Amino acid sequence: MAEMTYLQAISDALRGEMRRDKRVFVIGEDVGVYGGAFKVTLGFQEEFGAWRVIDAPLSETAIVGGCTGAAMMGMRPVAEMQFADFISCAWDQLVTVAAKQRYRAGTPVPITVRLPSGGGFSGGPFHSQNPESSFAHIPGLKCVCPATPEDAKGLLISAIEDPNPVLYFEHKHLYRRIKTEVPDERYTIPLGKARTHLEGNEITVVTWGAMVYTAEEAARELGDGSVEIIDLRTVLPWDKKAVLESVRKTSKALVLHEDTRTGGFGAEIAATIAEEAFEDLDAPVKRIAAPDAPVPFSPKLEKAFIPQVEDVLAGLRELTEY
Amino acid sequence: MAIAREAEPIGSLKEVREAGLDRDDLLEVYRKMLTTRGIEERGHILYRQGKIPGSFYTGRGNEASVGVATAMGPDDVGTPLHRDMGVHVARGVEPWRIFAQYMGRVDGPTKGRDGNVHMADSRLGLIAMVSHLPAMLPVAVGCALAFRIREEKRVAVGWFGEGASARGDTHEAMNFAGVRRLPVVFVCDNNQWAYSTPTHLEYATENLAGRAEAYGFEGVVVDGTDVLAVYREARRAIEKAREGGGPTLLECLTLRMEGHAVHDDAFYVPKEMFEEWARNDPIERFRAWLRENADLSDDEEGEIASGVKRLLADAMRRAEESPEPDPATLLDGVYASPEDLDTPHHK
Repeated sequence: MAEMTYLQAISDALRGEMRRDKRVFVIGEDVGVYGGAFKVTLGFQEEFGAWRVIDAPLSETAIVGGCTGAAMMGMRPVAEMQFADFISCAWDQLVTVAAKQRYRAGTPVPITVRLPSGGGFSGGPFHSQNPESSFAHIPGLKCVCPATPEDAKGLLISAIEDPNPVLYFEHKHLYRRIKTEVPDERYTIPLGKARTHLEGNEITVVTWGAMVYTAEEAARELGDGSVEIIDLRTVLPWDKKAVLESVRKTSKALVLHEDTRTGGFGAEIAATIAEEAFEDLDAPVKRIAAPDAPVPFSPKLEKAFIPQVEDVLAGLRELTEY
Repeated sequence: MAIAREAEPIGSLKEVREAGLDRDDLLEVYRKMLTTRGIEERGHILYRQGKIPGSFYTGRGNEASVGVATAMGPDDVGTPLHRDMGVHVARGVEPWRIFAQYMGRVDGPTKGRDGNVHMADSRLGLIAMVSHLPAMLPVAVGCALAFRIREEKRVAVGWFGEGASARGDTHEAMNFAGVRRLPVVFVCDNNQWAYSTPTHLEYATENLAGRAEAYGFEGVVVDGTDVLAVYREARRAIEKAREGGGPTLLECLTLRMEGHAVHDDAFYVPKEMFEEWARNDPIERFRAWLRENADLSDDEEGEIASGVKRLLADAMRRAEESPEPDPATLLDGVYASPEDLDTPHHK
């Protein structure tokens, strides 16, 4: 066991997979000489060479499309979007080509796309988004959103191993803020299996990514040990069973995400709880999410946009009193 | 002024031999071209009989695509489009499976999950196209990237049309391939009409091959109705890529001799244009060349034609026997399983 930041755990997992499997290569903008905008691949090019740590032109379509072709030829590409926001430029390659190729043509596309996502430091409308819900709607893709360093490592290895296109959303606000023990050995974490971050008996909070910590702080401030936090870890596939089991136990549910509200993945979770655990509920399902607006730049506006501890606390109190 | 090189036609059997084809190869090319057209003509019949759901697309006028496939090596890969039936045929897809594909049956390469020419047999080195053209160009470039990383002497061929040349994927794919000198050949089926849109509304230059210069590689314009010239230029480009010489953009100029799809009568194409290009029919042109330069006899010609006819009659019968997919299989294969990676590519 070694203490690692979330970022170090991602880097460690990727380096380990590249050492272990020569089919794995990294491609993205500034990932080579510069080591990536967030330094996840720092030192990789020295170790693996310029043809396995590829500095691509500013071409997200060519990066993701290129990964798709290389994967079909037996490679295990890992693409880095410099910011998750830029994945919009590669939408077609992911959604039109990679996601559908297995179903219609029988060809698996084992690619991993790393997406530094999320806000909290005035990145503005184009460097702060959480686009996982858009992709969670696409059959054929998988969407991973780790919250802890341990999960960041195990889930990245699973993503690379997976025979499908996997979007790996790594939250930028966790990169250097969260530091915990991470096992030294190689391990995987199954995609689609949630984790109980905090145990409780009165209210279930379903969330993922950086919001796990916002929820945790709110629960601690509430201070009565009533809150159970389910960290989904992956939103596609998502662990419906774990969520329903927890909701049946607590009978109240709060769904929390940093992405905007309308059509956000929380809506799917809330609908599923309403459909399948209605009889077990003692209160309406509560959703807390960012409002339906682009992510604003000004620190004051951004704070008002991203769900804060006090927002979650208010939601928890509302449910407690219901 | 044109920047790209304009390819000369092939004159004699001697020249063809130098380009790598003997007489038997030539007859095989002819057979594949006839098969290609025969498949598409029979597709029209099946469509009129109501046996093809959705729409139906052909590549009439583009049968010289057989020439590109003939120039590819056995381990090379490609992403042919809906006008490139000749590539599927030349790579060895059995015609009955193509008819099954048209009709949405389980024995089509996509097992009824996708229609018309949205198909490919990956065992033959082909990758199934999507409708969003030219989305397959970055994919072809990615195949070439894999070959380059592993230092394999293999080449990827990516097809696109002159309409799709207007989309950004074309630029990103070509630029990246140029920057990294990847072993890829871009083949533009320039059939002059993107649905109803003529070339002057798609691009403002004299030709598309001229763009190659801007990406740092060679561009060649070839008469896309001359299968031998297409073959020779494709082979040059493919072998150049194989030897580390980087990409080539090969623009094959022809005319789409039918509508965009079966519902479209192509009223917007001037009648004189069809008449002019009908005189350059790729199959008729090659047949005349074979008679003049390779002593194609009446007997041989008849034998090839009747062989193709038999093959396709059997293929249609066999395809009609193929069942429709079972609705219970609707969700099969949305996700790949680890066993799916148990292929020669993924070993």
